[in-house]
Amino acid sequence: MYDKHILIEDSLHSSDGDRTHASVEVRMPYYRGLGLSMVEGVDLVVDGRPIPADATTFTVRGTTYPITGLAEVLDDRWEMGEPARIDFDAATPLGPGEHTVTAVVRLRISYMPVPGGGRDTKTLTLA
Amino acid sequence: MRDISRSGFRDHPSAEMLFVVSAIKRGVSLYSYQEEFFLRTMSLEDCIAHAASIGALGIEVIPEQSMTGHPHIPDDQIAQWRAWMEQYGTTTSATDLFLDTKRHRDRWLSHEEQVASVRSDIDLAVRLGAPVIRAIINTPPEVMRDAAPYARDNGVRLLLEVHAPFHYSHPWILEHLEVMHAEGGVGLGLMPDMGTFVERFPRVVSDRALREGGRKDLVDYIVDLYDDHGDTHALMDIVHYRGGGPVEMGLARQATHFIYRDPAEMLPHMDLIGHVQAKFYEMVDDTTEYSIPYDRIIPVFEQGGFSGYLSSEYEGNRHIEDAFEVDSREEVRRQHAMFATLLGEKPSTDSKA
Repeated sequence: MYDKHILIEDSLHSSDGDRTHASVEVRMPYYRGLGLSMVEGVDLVVDGRPIPADATTFTVRGTTYPITGLAEVLDDRWEMGEPARIDFDAATPLGPGEHTVTAVVRLRISYMPVPGGGRDTKTLTLA
Repeated sequence: MRDISRSGFRDHPSAEMLFVVSAIKRGVSLYSYQEEFFLRTMSLEDCIAHAASIGALGIEVIPEQSMTGHPHIPDDQIAQWRAWMEQYGTTTSATDLFLDTKRHRDRWLSHEEQVASVRSDIDLAVRLGAPVIRAIINTPPEVMRDAAPYARDNGVRLLLEVHAPFHYSHPWILEHLEVMHAEGGVGLGLMPDMGTFVERFPRVVSDRALREGGRKDLVDYIVDLYDDHGDTHALMDIVHYRGGGPVEMGLARQATHFIYRDPAEMLPHMDLIGHVQAKFYEMVDDTTEYSIPYDRIIPVFEQGGFSGYLSSEYEGNRHIEDAFEVDSREEVRRQHAMFATLLGEKPSTDSKA
């Protein structure tokens, strides 16, 4: 559910002149908010290249966490429909213009025997 | 009397029942508006206002969907909620709790932690003014047992949702019933989800499979077997034998999670039933849900003397969002037009004479 709404349009931005640091905003494909410890990961693939998890961070309401450290976060949440900013380092500079971005959100939902989450692929223009 | 009078007078045909007021009340779970709420095209106030506008005055809420900061939702959000209930003439009919047994990556929540989680959600229900709490189906019976005294002390009732594929003679539910009967049904009870009465396979689900490239012969096989109320236990195996791929297998899995039981199976448990989640997938018009025979379900609640809320739970959005604009308000409006008719409410004064 909500898969097609994971990646937020117009949210791909570069944060440095070299265009190797960039960010994109994502929403959680679920009908309620979740504690961050139950967010198993937000995996990005940009132009066919997987971004390593340790090259990404997760930011909600101004607080930034390493993606690989979310499992330890017991006192913050990703609320329903709330945009989270994923900052990442690209191996090669991202040129201006369109990029194909895939986001896979992996969630640990207690009542489900199988992994939760969803995936979305969009063509986003680097602003 | 206010709630009862608002739910309208019955037009019951039999003489002895003439002019008897239906005790069943109408409400909406804000889960129903999740698509628009997620996309921020409806605010929380918009959701409450819509329910009120169609005479659905009991508002069920999932706090960790509609509010932020769960379980420590800030006082200003609670105060705003209570102000809206007053403003719109609505009441908090229920809150829904989840039990995050997998909160930690490397270990299951202990029994004591699970009970503490439920107690925390009881506190929240009290703050929001809810008399009953939906306990999610994965809540273990022993957690219900050990949380019951706290519920009783706080004047609320924990209601286990009876959600498909579970039903009233399922081992998991029987374990819960044992605990409830031992407790006396004061702090504990049941919340039937009408998804246990899916008589006909929801076409919004099978149509989606076709849109995703599912083979028509296998989709038809799954739907026909379900509609014949055939044995679905080996359905995934059969679809596999027939060369089904992920789409067909996914549809087969869904078919094993829908169930149709005789609504009369609820009658022996009516004293435990405190609230009803009126699940639906597609209102065909103002009188008919495609899959769930409400015209045969509501009489069971009448017969059993149920006096709580029928609380709309629209769940069609996830099956159509890929191809269609979701209009949760229209779906909920239609379901309540159907309920008003089935509950014998008189037409409102602004309709034609």
